[in-house]
Amino acid sequence: MSTAQSAREQAPALDAPRAAIEPAPRSRTARRVLGLLALVAALALLAVLSVAVGSRAMDLGQVWAGLTDAGSDSYPVVTELRLPRTVLGLAAGAALGLAGALMQAMTRNPLADPGLLGVNTGAAAAVVTASFFIGSFGFTETILFAFLGAAVASVAVYLIAGAATATPARLALAGAAVTAAGYAYVSAIQLMDAATLDQMRFWSVGSLVNAHVAPMLPVVLLIGGAAVVGVLLARPLNALALGDATATGLGVDPRVLRVAGIAAITVLAGTATAVCGPIVFVGLVVPHVVRAFTGPDQNWVLPYSMLSGAAFLLAADVLGRVIARPAEVQVGIVCAVAGGPFFLYLVSRRKVARL
Amino acid sequence: MTAGPLVVENATIGYGRVAICEGLSVDIPEGEFTVILGPNACGKSTLLKALARMLKPSAGRVLLDGKDIHSQPTRAVARRLGLLPQSPIAPDGITVADLVARGRYPHQGILKQWSAEDERVVAEAMAATDISELASRGVDELSGGQRQRVWIAMVLAQQTPLLLLDEPTTFLDITHQIEVLDLCAKLHREGRTLVAVLHDLNQAARYATHLIAMRDGEVVAEGAPADIVTADTVRQVFDLPCRIIDDPETGTPLVIPKALASARL
Repeated sequence: MSTAQSAREQAPALDAPRAAIEPAPRSRTARRVLGLLALVAALALLAVLSVAVGSRAMDLGQVWAGLTDAGSDSYPVVTELRLPRTVLGLAAGAALGLAGALMQAMTRNPLADPGLLGVNTGAAAAVVTASFFIGSFGFTETILFAFLGAAVASVAVYLIAGAATATPARLALAGAAVTAAGYAYVSAIQLMDAATLDQMRFWSVGSLVNAHVAPMLPVVLLIGGAAVVGVLLARPLNALALGDATATGLGVDPRVLRVAGIAAITVLAGTATAVCGPIVFVGLVVPHVVRAFTGPDQNWVLPYSMLSGAAFLLAADVLGRVIARPAEVQVGIVCAVAGGPFFLYLVSRRKVARL
Repeated sequence: MTAGPLVVENATIGYGRVAICEGLSVDIPEGEFTVILGPNACGKSTLLKALARMLKPSAGRVLLDGKDIHSQPTRAVARRLGLLPQSPIAPDGITVADLVARGRYPHQGILKQWSAEDERVVAEAMAATDISELASRGVDELSGGQRQRVWIAMVLAQQTPLLLLDEPTTFLDITHQIEVLDLCAKLHREGRTLVAVLHDLNQAARYATHLIAMRDGEVVAEGAPADIVTADTVRQVFDLPCRIIDDPETGTPLVIPKALASARL
């Protein structure tokens, strides 16, 4: 509403050429569909790479034997390690990408990520607490504690933000407060108890390395179910993007939508975080890049973010396996190292859409 | 007189524990352009928010078509009642056509995808607000007046017989204020029931067919502008000494504030 904008209105002569450059709605849809197909193709390629490439070099024949022949030398590596790792990478990446897009849409805050609901801190706090009191336990128990912690933290954030009266700003503030307090608590326990620190080290950097011991079926079912709910929220989220008041006028109850959104985000990000540990940049960066391509329509942003999140995480994991051969760099570190500078670049180029 | 489509019945409305209006009763007459006016903090926006079901009365009821508005599914209400709030948010990078299309939300379902009917209604809404040629433009590059017409088109795409507008002219310069009010008058002539909160007394007197004047959470006067815009009412509502003359353009009442004795020196 600045004077510059009203001045622009005084010059209708500029309108005609401008309208001619704008892509017609139909061709924009075509571009989005093509982009979606390209994403699916990239995902398939990355999945093949993820099964074929690892710290142990093998040729394609060995990889094929490892998939099809249970008696082959490569079977333990390919089918028992790399295959579940690939599935987990796809599921966790999709979950984090979608959770990030949902979080940003729901809070109308382009810098929100699922971590802001306290999911990461909650998971970490639950794992350190359990290991402080119980001592050492297995991976499945770790996942369970982490998931419960993530759920408790996001419910706590929602309640502190005022439950039914929660606004985007209050959600963000409550999330930041819970996250800060949670990290302080986690650090304190780790400093007090060396055994807890050891237990945490196995979990605290995001990694797909434990995929072969993870309960894959429940993980995939949880993420799949929450993803269906999340994607179905696209239309009401489109209404919510116009403000709470406008959304109400259009027949969306923002309170109900927030509860549904927080539930979906908690299951998506909570499950991914519980199995892989905290992986932060996927949920933050992926929806940004996606919006720059698709525009603000959630019907496209949500599925795109899901597929792009999966592609990004899988690519980061494959990269982490080859850059430091024969050692591996955890996917959480690769994501942060690759995602951080890219995010800064986006911010500096002002490609980041304000919500 | 039969009850109008929107009725407030003995309602206590407020924010949290603070009641702005207590025991308020208002009847919005069908087919009229009702304007709610009054000084700042008189409860006019509060009343509009209650009519739009954004605020739930802690006592009393708001009735839409004779039934409690909060007992009806919110999407069904959204097919009867459109709302243009005071400061709606346009997502960055959204085009005019996409924003107007979002008004179709209450007519869509999980399985009911975008239809030719939706397409037609959106085109009509853009034509009615004279923004068709802006369809592929970004909303953030428009002027305030154009943007307000885009928002009105979005509400029109909702196809509701009732329209609520919360201070639709507040951030606009005078030319665009008149443009928006002329558009409102046209929508009223086409048969819609309008309820708007306005600040400007003279604009209210010129465009409204029914006025509700409020002060301190209560309705002070209600009726046709010609009947209720009097020097007495204006003093009662706004504490403003004034003269009333006929608007030379329209013949509606025109409020001329009296010059202060000290200013005449």
